Amino acid sequence: MGRDRVRVVCYSVLLAVVFLGIWQASVTGNKPGKGLPGPVAVAHTAVEMLSNPFYNNGPNDKGIGLQFLSSLGRLAIGYLTASVTAIFLGVFLGLSPTLYRAVNPYIQILKPVSPLAWMPLFLYTIKDSSWAAVLVIFMSSLWPTLANTAFGVASIRKDYLNVAAILQLSWWRRLVTVILPGAAPAVVAGLRISIGSSWVAIVAAEMLIGGTGVGYFVWNEWNNLQLTSVIFAILAIGLIGVVLDAGLGRLSKRLAYAD
Amino acid sequence: MTFLEIDHVSKHFPAPDGRGNVTVFRDVAFGLDEGEFLTMVGHSGCGKSTLLNIIAGLEKPSEGGVVLQGREVTAPGIDRMVVFQNFALMPWLSVFENVRVAVRAAQPAWSSAEVAAWVQKYVDMVGLTGAEKKRPAALSGGMRQRVGLARAFSTQPKVLLLDEPFAQIDALTRGVIQDELVRMWTASRNTVFMVTHDVDEAILLSDRIALMTSGPEARLAEIVDVKVPRPRTRAELIDDPEYLRLRAHILHFLMEVGRRAPVQDDIAASTGRRATLRG
Repeated sequence: MGRDRVRVVCYSVLLAVVFLGIWQASVTGNKPGKGLPGPVAVAHTAVEMLSNPFYNNGPNDKGIGLQFLSSLGRLAIGYLTASVTAIFLGVFLGLSPTLYRAVNPYIQILKPVSPLAWMPLFLYTIKDSSWAAVLVIFMSSLWPTLANTAFGVASIRKDYLNVAAILQLSWWRRLVTVILPGAAPAVVAGLRISIGSSWVAIVAAEMLIGGTGVGYFVWNEWNNLQLTSVIFAILAIGLIGVVLDAGLGRLSKRLAYAD
Repeated sequence: MTFLEIDHVSKHFPAPDGRGNVTVFRDVAFGLDEGEFLTMVGHSGCGKSTLLNIIAGLEKPSEGGVVLQGREVTAPGIDRMVVFQNFALMPWLSVFENVRVAVRAAQPAWSSAEVAAWVQKYVDMVGLTGAEKKRPAALSGGMRQRVGLARAFSTQPKVLLLDEPFAQIDALTRGVIQDELVRMWTASRNTVFMVTHDVDEAILLSDRIALMTSGPEARLAEIVDVKVPRPRTRAELIDDPEYLRLRAHILHFLMEVGRRAPVQDDIAASTGRRATLRG
């Protein structure tokens, strides 16, 4: 195991070195401002950006830290409200097979819709682009958690519900001692899919609405032809996505149970 | 007045081919006195577990009803605790928490310290001291059912319903836990309705044994008194003439009804095969 791990790390590092080497070699000799920037240029930009991430020089010039914070803020609001809504609705659907079957066709129709398709409707109805982006996140986080919660609740073993019925647990006690812990692994799997798709959606949503956020930042830097910033932003978006997923991965380990 | 009255209960299920109903058992009627231990014995398919679920309120009788202390039973309740064949412990809760859920439900007015002390008493009683924090998955079948017994006894129910509680436990451990059940019941004297197909277990534990004919259309054939004096131990039972007589009587009965009517599971399993043979 330990030796395997060492090998894996070696290969990973080797891959990165080879990739960066080829990339750097292919861009050396380009005239400044022509062609793709190389990794060294990107690293320069990264150091520069990270040395002062929270500066604010007006609407079109903010530090990358501020941009990420505003994206994460939107994500937090949209994701948390969607998760609470989805778990709440999912519990009801999971407990009532009839209701579940009645609602399921609509879920199936709405699930594959890109959350960005809702954007015009949100812009039209709430007339605030930032909140429209939050609602896009809401839509992208809703379905995976809803579907997984309903499935998780519906697959709780009948025995556990029978025990709850015999003990005459109140609705609330039944929810917190039997239904939620029983469905927790499925719910967290849904939450994990949701946070991934929301983080994907926020970049596109912010490109559309402009103003603040990492999506807007990427688009703005493209308009300024600052490709080093674009490449650095791509890496940073990926890294933050990994951190978000890892957090839920740990939660899922804690809530797993063996039957 | 009888403490627990099973009043002419019948149970029908929709037939597997969708035409009409299959009657599992019909017109089962008997009563339990307070503090009595009655065991129902029969082949699988005679509906004894179904009857237990009806008493628990988890299933509805097709005809007849169950009356506990003069009130009809229509829903599950904490006055009728079930010990399940497959334990039915919440896998996400520890041993202690599994029992605590039940004690809290039974004694809503107690402080959490009182609840904890009571839970500990029953955990100790079933010999699980030190395993309080373990989850059921980390326990053997025998230990899991000990938790099941602790959970059921700790609520001090009017009626204890034991649904083949030792069927999934290996033979050696089974004896030990049966002795523990005897001990706990001797101290608590709950009214118990147990279902089993283990004749020795039935004689060891029961005051009376109800014998069911085979399903479908099972009926209550007879109820025999177990006149072996208490306290009983498995060791003393081996040479007890009354035990041997009773055991022979019940085994003869089971073989006789087994020959007369094939059990329901076998019918369901073999109809397809027979049809192809004939075809």
